[in-house]
Parts: sequence; structure tokens; C-alpha cells
Amino acid sequence: MHVEVRGLNKRFGEFQAVKDVDFSIAKGQLIGLLGPSGGGKTSILRMLAGLETPDAGDILFHGRRVNELPPQERGIGFVFQNYALFKHMTVEGNIAFGLEVKKWSKPRIKERVAELVELTGLSGFEKRYPHQLSGGQRQRVAFARALAPEPQLLLLDEPFAAIDAKIRQELRSWLREMIDRLGITSIFVTHDQDEAIEVADEIMIINKGNLEQKGTPWEIYKNPQTPFVAGFIGESTIVENIASIRGFEDAASWPGTKALIRPEYVEIGKPSEFRLLSATETGKVRHLHFRGSEWLVEVEVGSSKLVTYRSLEKEVLHPGDPVQVLVHRAYLFNDSDSWIMENKLKEDPMPVHI
Amino acid sequence: MSSTLQSRWWGWGFRSAVMLYFVLLIVFPILGIYGQSLSAGWGAFADNVTEPLAWKAVALTVKLALIATIINVLIGTMAGWVLIRYRFPGRKLLNSMVDLPFALPTAVAGLMILLLLGPQSPVGQWAERLGFTILFHQPAIVIAMVFVTFPFVIRAVQPLLEEMDPAEEEAAYTMGATKAATFFRVILPNMAPGIASGAMLAFSRALAEFGAVVLVAGNIPGKTLIASVYIFGEIESDNVVGATAVSVILLTFSFLILWFVNHLQTRRKGR
Repeated sequence: MHVEVRGLNKRFGEFQAVKDVDFSIAKGQLIGLLGPSGGGKTSILRMLAGLETPDAGDILFHGRRVNELPPQERGIGFVFQNYALFKHMTVEGNIAFGLEVKKWSKPRIKERVAELVELTGLSGFEKRYPHQLSGGQRQRVAFARALAPEPQLLLLDEPFAAIDAKIRQELRSWLREMIDRLGITSIFVTHDQDEAIEVADEIMIINKGNLEQKGTPWEIYKNPQTPFVAGFIGESTIVENIASIRGFEDAASWPGTKALIRPEYVEIGKPSEFRLLSATETGKVRHLHFRGSEWLVEVEVGSSKLVTYRSLEKEVLHPGDPVQVLVHRAYLFNDSDSWIMENKLKEDPMPVHI
Repeated sequence: MSSTLQSRWWGWGFRSAVMLYFVLLIVFPILGIYGQSLSAGWGAFADNVTEPLAWKAVALTVKLALIATIINVLIGTMAGWVLIRYRFPGRKLLNSMVDLPFALPTAVAGLMILLLLGPQSPVGQWAERLGFTILFHQPAIVIAMVFVTFPFVIRAVQPLLEEMDPAEEEAAYTMGATKAATFFRVILPNMAPGIASGAMLAFSRALAEFGAVVLVAGNIPGKTLIASVYIFGEIESDNVVGATAVSVILLTFSFLILWFVNHLQTRRKGR
């Protein structure tokens, strides 16, 4: 189902939960609403479902305004954070509920329930009650139950939050596969960026009720449009005085500009490891953290502190070692603007200092 | 070492005290009543139970207690629902007043009903004009029973409603269920164990009520004489076996109900 949202606003008392949010979602896409807790993601989801009424703005499904439609008539499926299974009903009963209230015929219900039990891998558990299931199984029941009445839009609120890390990984790929197979437009809320990056076709970053950016995970990583997005996705350190770092002297012409540098933008090593030694400068290793598959190195360059990774295959560094540091690029931002700046010495092998 | 020994002695002491208390105050008297009722032999017991006034009193009590329980199930469920789900001025006050019937001496409750429904009162006169009297008739007994057992269902339903996840209701809506379907298929089943155990306790208490009822019932043998008043009358006229026979019936009823409530609760916890 094609979903469009225009000028969506919602406040709870004094608190502005959602502020002028616009977006549209093409049919069959899997969208991740990503952002910190309390940022308004769940409010947006609940308004799409009709569980919350917007203060202003339009919600359109298939180009038709649905603001006035109650949740019963929106043709959606909703998976709740804590599953909200009906405790007094069996797995079968939970899945059949939506079909029974829609007055499907008995044989059709039976057929549909069997189909979903099969699809979600719950065969053999049909007669169990929710308290007799594991977290992952409950999650699947919630998913099957939401899908049973053949919704055109599936909404998932933190679907994996209550599941332990190992099974979460499994369920994620299972969900991705399932949604691909069914081709159903889906929106899920998460505060876990790995989850959003791994599962979603497109991510919408929501912060303080604003839609900060919408795009594919790669676009968002590559071209963050706001300082918030730049800081939220991936790891990063903020450098106050970017003009003091070699290759970024030009930044001095924008006073009050700070830089955000990701570990993968920074390269460190012995002088022999660099092709363009002129673009590097000397720093000092402050700390080393073993990360299981690599080193996380903190280096001090002048007054700034940078963080980067170093392969385990390379020569081992020690705290206090002098080291060459090359900053490939930095994400610069000030109160009014933000942009990406490449290291200019890298592009020009024969720099002329005036 | 000595402290563990000490704590073991303490534990033993506590347990014995509680056991003794339990045996002295509950088990002995109950056994005593069963013993007394049979002290003149099975024949006398049967005679006393089959005595028309006795069984009529028991039957009347069961019937009226049943009516009172049904009224309380309906009103209590509704009241519990309103007190949890709605926010309105005075809600807290109302909520704390629910327990009043527990705190009030039942005789005072009886007196209140007597004054409220008596022939001189507006309600009494209004009923009179409609062609029936409340006071000293069965309706008065039911009203007294309803008043005294009012808190049971409410207090049993409230925690269940409170701990119910609102998302369960919302899930039903998103699956297309109307408000009515959601209430009957999702919310009511959640409240059912509370309604059932509250109703059982209310019924049990209504069977046993004396103070509030004796003032308003009129106590006409065979018509408005309920079991507990009958027992009182038998004792007054020195027929201990007669009193104990009816007591045994009430007691057995209460035990069965208590056992059933326990059964319901353990099943709920097992989930």
C-alpha cells in the first residue's frame, strides 16, 4: 500500500511529540523509523494505525485520506512491543481472532490459520497458551496474528526489543525474508541502528518529533544532512577546532564550525605506511582497546582527540607511541549549515602554502 | 553458630504459635459444631434439618444471597471498570468509599436501610404507592446483603483491570474488532477470574449476614426468616442441636465456596 503523510503534528499536553512530519512510502517497501527513545517514532506509528489522533496533518493510504477512519477499518496489522497476545487464548485462537471478528467462514479461518502457523514455523504449538511459549515464539505469534486478516500495511513497534541478542539476529533476517516474500508494505520502529541498517530498505531518522532524514542506509551514512544524523549513525567524535588539523585549514573561514569525524575517516600508522606523507601529521597514541576483531585506537593530535580502528595484522602500537595521522574527511557543521569536507592535501600532492 | 540455633528456635516458636492460634480459634470450634450437630444422633440431625422452618430459612437465604450476588456481579464489575478506566472528579473519594461496608458495623448498615426504606421515608412511601413494601420483605433482605457484600467484586476486579496491558485492547482494534467484540472477547475474559472469585466471596458473606438483615427482614418464620436469624432463634429457645444443624449446612456451603475460590486462584496463578 502506498502511504503518504503530510504536515503531521501531535502534542501530548506541553510536549510536542511529532512536528511537521512529511514522507511518502512506496508499495512493498520496508521502512525503519530510527531514533532515540522518546523521539516520536512510536507516536507516528500509532497515528498511522489510528490508535492516536493527529492534531494536524493528513495521512493518506492509496491517495485516500484515512484520518477519520478508526483502526478497525484501516486495513493494517500492528505488532506491539510486548506482543500484547491474548493470554486466555491459544496460539490458534490468537491468530484466528481477527478473522472471527471479521466474520470469515469457519473453513476459511481454519485454512488461513494453518497457512500462517506453517509460515511462521509454529507447527506443533497451535494449542499452547502464550505463557507456554518462548519470547521468539511469542513474537512470531504476534506477527502471524497481525498478518492473518491480510492487511495492506504492517506496522511493528520495536519488534525485537524484548528478545535477547542472539535470537534477535535470527528473527531479524527471518522477518526480512518473510516481508520480502509477502511483498507487504511495512514500517518498523527501532532505536537500534544496526537493526535498521540491516533490515530496512529505507531509514527515516526521527529526533525530537522531527523527520531529520529519509533515505537508504547507505545514503544516510554517506551524506548525513543534519549534525544529528551524522552523530547518530555510526561512531564518531566531535572536534571543536577542526582548522588545527592538517588539510582542513580552510575551515577557519567559517567561525563557530565544528567537525564530526568517524573512526573510518581516520588512518594511522608508521611513516612508512603512508603514500602521501605530506598530508599526515604526527600524533600520539593515548589508549588502545581490543575490540575482538580490531584495535580501537585513541590518538591525540595537537589539542584534538580522534578515534580510529587499526587492523590486527598491522604492527602493534603502544600508548605513548608517536604515530602519523591522516584524516580523510570530516563532516563540518555550524548552527546554520553542514557539509562534508575532504582533506585538501590528499587531492593536491604538491600543496603550496601561502 | 549460636545465632543460627537461635533463629531456628525462633522459627519453631513462631510456627507453633500460629498453629496453636489456628487450631484454637478455627479448627476446634468448627469441629465442635459438627460434633454438636450430631450429638443427639443422625436421627435428631435429620429431624432438625428437615424441619420445614429450618430448610425454608436455608432455602430463602441461598435464594436471596444468589440474587444479591448477581446484582453485585453486575454493579461491581461496572463500578470496578468505571473506577479504573475513567478519570473524573471525586474518583479517589468514591474508590476509598467502596470499602465502607467492610468498616461499618453491620447493625449500623441495617439501621441505615431501615431509616432509608421505612414507611415514613420518601423511598418507602414511593414504593408503597407502586403497590409493594420493601421493608420487612425480601427486597429489604437483598438490599442489606448487597450493601454488606458490595466491595468484594469491585476489589477483585480492579487489580486485574489495572494489570491488563492496554495494548491487548488496541491489538483487538487493529485486527478489526469492534468495541463490543473487544470487551466481550478480550477484556471480559481478563476480568473473569476476578468476577468469579469476588462473586464467590460475596455469596459466602451474604449467606452468613446477620446484623444488617435482622433489623430489616421482619424475621417472619417461613417468609423472611433467614438462616442466621433462625440459628439465633434456636439458641434463644434452647435448641442447640437445631442451631448447630443449620450451622453445619451453612458452614459446609462456605467451605465448598472457599475451596472453589482457592481452586480458581491457583489456576490463575498457574498461567
